[in-house]
Amino acid sequence: MRKLSLPSWIPTLIVGLIVFFGVLYARDNGHISAYRYQIFQIAVIASISALGLNLIYGFNGQFSLGHIGFYAIGAYSSALITKDYQMAWSGSRAGALAWMMAGQFGIIAGLALIRMLRLDRLRRKITQSTSSYLKEHETRMVCLLPVLFIVAAVIGLGVVATLGAHALLDPGLNALVEGLSDNVARNVIFVLAILNGGTMAALVAYLVGLPLLRLGSDYFGIATLGFAIMVFTGLQNSDMVIDTMRGARGMVAIPTWTTWGWVMATFALLVFLMRNLLRSSHGRAMISVREDEIAAQSMGVDVNQLKTMAFTVGGLFAGVGGALYAHLYGFLHPSTFNIIRGFDPLIIIVLGGLGSMTGTILAGVGVVVLIEELRVILPQGFEDWRFVIYPIILLLVMLLRSEGLMGTREWGWFRTPVPPERDIPLSTRQPATPATAASSEDV
Amino acid sequence: MPLLQVEDLHVAYGAIRAIQGISFHIEAGEIVTLIGANGAGKSTTLRTVSGLLRPMQGDVLYQGRSITRTSPERIVKMGISQVPEGRLIFSSLTVLENLEMGAYTRKDKNEIRDTMKQVFTSFPRLEERRTQLGGTLSGGEQQMLAMGRGLMSRPRLLLLDEPSMGLAPILVDEIFEIIKTINAQGTSILLVEQNAAMALSVADRAYVLETGRTVLEGDAKELLHNPEVREAYLG
Repeated sequence: MRKLSLPSWIPTLIVGLIVFFGVLYARDNGHISAYRYQIFQIAVIASISALGLNLIYGFNGQFSLGHIGFYAIGAYSSALITKDYQMAWSGSRAGALAWMMAGQFGIIAGLALIRMLRLDRLRRKITQSTSSYLKEHETRMVCLLPVLFIVAAVIGLGVVATLGAHALLDPGLNALVEGLSDNVARNVIFVLAILNGGTMAALVAYLVGLPLLRLGSDYFGIATLGFAIMVFTGLQNSDMVIDTMRGARGMVAIPTWTTWGWVMATFALLVFLMRNLLRSSHGRAMISVREDEIAAQSMGVDVNQLKTMAFTVGGLFAGVGGALYAHLYGFLHPSTFNIIRGFDPLIIIVLGGLGSMTGTILAGVGVVVLIEELRVILPQGFEDWRFVIYPIILLLVMLLRSEGLMGTREWGWFRTPVPPERDIPLSTRQPATPATAASSEDV
Repeated sequence: MPLLQVEDLHVAYGAIRAIQGISFHIEAGEIVTLIGANGAGKSTTLRTVSGLLRPMQGDVLYQGRSITRTSPERIVKMGISQVPEGRLIFSSLTVLENLEMGAYTRKDKNEIRDTMKQVFTSFPRLEERRTQLGGTLSGGEQQMLAMGRGLMSRPRLLLLDEPSMGLAPILVDEIFEIIKTINAQGTSILLVEQNAAMALSVADRAYVLETGRTVLEGDAKELLHNPEVREAYLG
């Protein structure tokens, strides 16, 4: 049996703390340059975003190429909030924040209302009552009218809800910003901006996921690629809508508030949430959807609901990652979010192992640090060769370990807790015991 | 009132009509089997009962209530559990986790534990392999796992789709013994089988399907000796 019964979270926490304080110590004592310090932050941010994609693709089995789009949404929407706090581009220092929160409230209220109205039930009633004298396509036309009318009404109500929420939030938030001391207000705004970046991305993921997740896996991948291109094009022309986003010229003057502490704190929180989600019955159901949708369905799993849930939470991770990224350099440009860069998180999760959180974290940090270190290692004038060496390394890893660095294995606290012996219900029959001992050894 | 009543069921995959008017019923406590050649519509019928497919016409009544428009999740909760064709176990989850997935619609942990004990009593082999990954089990063990997983939702009606498929004869005997035991403990069973001889020997009643229609029905033991059935399905 096990020799050491140390709870698995202790070594994991220790490693986390060593990395956290190690980097802080190294920077304070000049062992690493400010440049490397930034690289470490990027590496962890890349891991956060990739973890989201691993939830969608690795654990839930939905191949998505649109992850960079959610990263971009998180980056820009959080940047709008913090830039507003510093420059009041919207007219008041918390104006963007108030509008964004009110907008999300309006959309969620509208969605909840549609859910409550049970449109499918209405359609069924119409179908039943008209089926004797109308053909099927005629019934569809008849259904379309009230549905369109209801949707229009709900959108109207959503707008009203948005305006109402804004009327309440705007003075409150502005009073908060003005009332608090500068240092406190700054941190509050930053937390709200990161949160908003995450929830905006999650909300868009939900809305995009509703229609797209019904497609089969490959078609879904292509459709999400289309989404990423839409976001990219939108960002290039964003100055047409909000001038301060500056479109293809790049958004400037975003406060550079991201620090190693913020990054690691966010990372720890998200990792904690994701691990517990995966180990819950919902998480297991997500994995079962990846394994076999029909089997999952016959177990009573609502497959569409779980796909949407994984996609939304994955979008949240990308959004939060993007928000942290936006405040690292203080400058955002659409080219950071083009579809070629969109493959980065995909490379990370495949390299680390689809369905392994440990693998994603290792690969995320590894890939980012590798690319940057190659820049230093390679002789002058040969820096561009890093995009020759990096793909070669990728090829070799895939050839030698096609399941990725970790496969689906996890380390330490991320592992599925093997239930202690007393929690495994043993039937009352006697003869099972010797055979049990034998089979548990060869596992 | 029968436990399950299927009336004049029509199901199509796009333009292809797989079932064109199947009717049958199951009384509580019975084993009923649907036999027939490939493409007769046996699996389609099961999938329609469990809500994975929607009929074009006809009705499925469970305990007197229509479930043709009910979601598969609710049907599982109402007490119908399907063991899909080809077993479809979750290969990267352990035996224990597979069984827990079977109890996905249930909330009470203690009751789930009790059911798991019962499943382990019926399938001692699963208990021995409980920490092993589903994908590493042998075919017979995977079939047992699929059946155990189906029982974890504590169904009143268990739908078994080709449980003998791809198994060695000795394992087929074992599986059918277990089916009888499960039935004796009070679960009604709807059994779909290509191995007609085996199915008829355990079933109470049987329906013979041919190209999407019910062509023959009756007592299983009688059908076993019916010359037509013997010729067509028992060789």
